[in-house]
Amino acid sequence: MSGHSKEFPITWGMVIDIDKCTGCGACMASCQTENNIEPQPEASNKLRSTSWMLVYELTNDKAFPNHDIAFLPRPCQQCGNPPCVSVCPVIATDKNEDGGIVSQVYPRCIGCRYCVAACPYHVRYFGWYDPIWPEGMEKTLSPLTSVRPRGVVEKCSFCHHRWNLAKDAARAQGKNPDSLDDGAYVTACVQNCPSGALSFGDLKNPKHKVHELIKSPNAFRLLERLGTNTQVYYISRREWVRKLGDNYLKSE
Amino acid sequence: MSFIESEKTWYPEGVTRCGLGKFTGWLGVLGFIGLLGLVSMLWIFYRGIGVTGLDNYFGFGLWITFDLAVIALGAGAFFTGLIRYIIGVDELKNIINLTVIKGFICYSGAMLILSLDVGQPLRAWFGYWHPNVHSMLTEVIFCITCYLMVLIIEYIPLILEQKQLNKIPFLHNLAHQMHVVMPLFAGIGAFLSTFHQGSLGGMYGVMFARPYAFREGFFIWPWTFFLFVLSAIASGPCLTVLICGFMEKVSGRQLTTYRIKSLMAKIGGTMLLIYTVFKYLDTWAWINGVLPKAGLTFDQMFYGLVYGKWLFFTEMVLCLPLPVVFLLTPLRKKPAFMYSGAILACLGVVINRYVFTVQALAQPVLPFTQWQIYTPNWAEWLTSLMVIAYGFIVMSLSYRYLPIFPQEVGLNKK
Repeated sequence: MSGHSKEFPITWGMVIDIDKCTGCGACMASCQTENNIEPQPEASNKLRSTSWMLVYELTNDKAFPNHDIAFLPRPCQQCGNPPCVSVCPVIATDKNEDGGIVSQVYPRCIGCRYCVAACPYHVRYFGWYDPIWPEGMEKTLSPLTSVRPRGVVEKCSFCHHRWNLAKDAARAQGKNPDSLDDGAYVTACVQNCPSGALSFGDLKNPKHKVHELIKSPNAFRLLERLGTNTQVYYISRREWVRKLGDNYLKSE
Repeated sequence: MSFIESEKTWYPEGVTRCGLGKFTGWLGVLGFIGLLGLVSMLWIFYRGIGVTGLDNYFGFGLWITFDLAVIALGAGAFFTGLIRYIIGVDELKNIINLTVIKGFICYSGAMLILSLDVGQPLRAWFGYWHPNVHSMLTEVIFCITCYLMVLIIEYIPLILEQKQLNKIPFLHNLAHQMHVVMPLFAGIGAFLSTFHQGSLGGMYGVMFARPYAFREGFFIWPWTFFLFVLSAIASGPCLTVLICGFMEKVSGRQLTTYRIKSLMAKIGGTMLLIYTVFKYLDTWAWINGVLPKAGLTFDQMFYGLVYGKWLFFTEMVLCLPLPVVFLLTPLRKKPAFMYSGAILACLGVVINRYVFTVQALAQPVLPFTQWQIYTPNWAEWLTSLMVIAYGFIVMSLSYRYLPIFPQEVGLNKK
């Protein structure tokens, strides 16, 4: 619809098979722990809680026996044409060569929340409170991910730190860090998904499974027609699920 | 001489003012409201904006609506300055001081709210240090700061003209010299203000993944850029008329002639007519272009009471053609119609800023998400009221001690 997509030689992407997802929430829990997302003082308020990875429940709105549901895990869509990047007044968020992952620089963010307003996927979360870990729980903190202060916007980074680790491991083994093997770098949610619904890899690398998966006739992207050009693909063999991925007019 | 007597020597030449006790009482009420807001502000700085009603769905809420509304309504300053100094409508010298003070209040108040609204206030200067030239908000940050400086420069000579201060030769000469260069600042102010009014509109228009707000554009500017400028210069003069009328009512004194107020209303009405034409065209293009492309319909843009169609029709029908008729026809000669027209024009711009700020975010774009309701809480209301109280205090002090209405003495001779 608008804007300019950026293309990069390495384009990390995720493919989520909705028909395999059981909605167990393992991806959410693993994301929380991997990325040091603080325990919420008021987690019942879903509009204030932080979930870099969120599982939506979809329904076809039909009565039994035709009733059907599906679960849709939603990480940051890492848009090729991100609505959030061009609006940020201080370049705290950017789309760059780093595998096409939309970055978020916490020490730069002023907390204006313009990116929150611009993102239709609700992937951006604001730190409303000071992050406080109950005594003893601070031992669960990962040294690989920074802890955010209150007052900045945060979001899924495709566990970017894992990519750095994977590149280091490749270098140590004498391999090319710019051409990692399939599975050498996966995000925490992908690693911990028990049903194998989530796949991760370089969308442009023919050796990676995701490269083939996105060519499936059942693959679709959320809000495709808006032109955000996301790097997260969904697969479903159910037409109503595919249609629910975008806004369809009755005439269509 | 007692304090009460000496206080009278600070009044502008030849005018009368209410007693000091009455005035102190008035300031006391305003000061109390301001104090409540100040305590809220300090609490927000201490605890963070988690104490507000904002959430991850509504990053923008009452504060941004308030900012956009007061900045639009404050546009009377730059636009009246432009007409007075650049176009040369000399009659407006009788109301230009009021518009400058109003502009100063609106912009400084908006800056105050903005400092509250960012999650990291200590990093607010990053906007100047790490600017993203592609962001409309960056332009807003620069222009609003520069324009506030211009307004301060325009306000200073008014303060220096205070009777006692003006007796000091240096201050007298400084005020004179500043008046000489004022057309230059009026020009700079008009340029800056036009662009940031536009950028405030552009901020919404470029959100291409939010079909409620997104607009196609003209070169790099979405239509909202021009619509916000036009609506601001339409409603700005109207608010000036309302403030002047309100001050006359409260003080019981005539401050300008009806002719001047009528001229301002006519200027506002003319701009409103131009805005109405473009707004109607824009709305038609939005319904038939932007929304179908996004797979959405007009009906899907509204929900319940707080996001209902009544807002749309109030803004588009009640607050556009009706005030145009009131302000541009002979009906304007009757105060009831002129003031009603001005009120409707201002109400329309407030509704416009509200729907662009809140409704644009509430409207679900993902097909499986739902409308969410946003309710501002005490922290947002009290701080917003604080700014209003601050505005009343600045205006009250200015009216009491500064010669801002050149016609006041002549119009109130017994």
